[in-house]
Amino acid sequence: MADPQTSAAGSWRQAVFDTLKAQDVRHIAYVPDAGHAVAIRMAQADPAMRAVVLTTEEEGIGYLAGAWLGGQRGALLLQSSGVGNCINTLALAACGRFPLLMVVTMRGDWAEFNPWQNPMGQATEPALNLMGVRTWRADRAEDVAPLLHGAASMAFNGDTACAVLLGQRLIGEKQWVK
Amino acid sequence: MGEVMPDWLERRAVVAALLEERGEMLVVTGLGSPSYDVMAAGDHPLNYYLCAAMGSAATVGLGLALAQPARQVLVITGDGEMLMGLGALATIGVQRPANLAIAVLNNGHFGETGMQASHAGLGVHLHGVAAACGFATAVEITDMAGLDGFRAGLAARDGTKFASIAVQANEPQRVLPPRDGVAIKNRFRAELGFAPI
Repeated sequence: MADPQTSAAGSWRQAVFDTLKAQDVRHIAYVPDAGHAVAIRMAQADPAMRAVVLTTEEEGIGYLAGAWLGGQRGALLLQSSGVGNCINTLALAACGRFPLLMVVTMRGDWAEFNPWQNPMGQATEPALNLMGVRTWRADRAEDVAPLLHGAASMAFNGDTACAVLLGQRLIGEKQWVK
Repeated sequence: MGEVMPDWLERRAVVAALLEERGEMLVVTGLGSPSYDVMAAGDHPLNYYLCAAMGSAATVGLGLALAQPARQVLVITGDGEMLMGLGALATIGVQRPANLAIAVLNNGHFGETGMQASHAGLGVHLHGVAAACGFATAVEITDMAGLDGFRAGLAARDGTKFASIAVQANEPQRVLPPRDGVAIKNRFRAELGFAPI
């Protein structure tokens, strides 16, 4: 596999970080996913950013609410399975009307090899919508930056919970036998 | 377990002592009784009361502490709420903000739901978990002298702190905090100088 930092197909990975940076995001809370590896690495290397590794994704909702109470913006990077872990805690974003920006790498929606990823992956978008989170899907590299820019604008300018779903077609088929 | 331990501390007195001369300290409360205790000590614009999202008090405190390093942040929560966010102690243990302290009012029970024994009341030592996660201070407090020492250390902002405070398993009269999460958010941010959107 080509280095995702340099290949054309990987440029959207850089765009995720660049778009968050341009929106003055200072906190990147994450549970790792290969699709977010570039943004996580760049956040860790950026002295103006705080990269916070979580044990479970719902920690990020509280964390980012706290950062906003303290006057700063952040984003939560997670995989679609982690959306399931967030459901009850999304009440905090709803009841406090906190801005919440989630960037979700999808599983179970295209060429999924591991069927155990399918139930949560396929419930991810309706589950977010049921909990009051607005969603946008990016399946093409050129859509990532504009959709993330739009979601961030609506999150931080409108005290809204917003998620951009990065589709499996965009991320690429996972090679299970290497 | 299950009986009231008469030698343990009275939760309202504990919280009143923690918030005495609080100055510019920022306070986050876990859902349920700790919110009532903090409200009973006096409402304050720099209090953020959680009324749901169980397990989130510590993570809200972490985000706040990292965004406001010049202010002391005190999370006041219960053992049941802390248990639901136990992983947050590991997350905090990685970041270790010097201005974050967590005070768990530990009565060993789920007080809101009928006083069922919690893990903390059945032998799990929360302060031991915090110590293993790398908190600079991780103590169990069983008397007011110990509490005074913990409170005196807050102003120094010299390390991530955790205290499990043994309180009686009783239910003082409820003093409900405001439940409009948007209003208390805007009030809190305004006090720090941030305008609403």
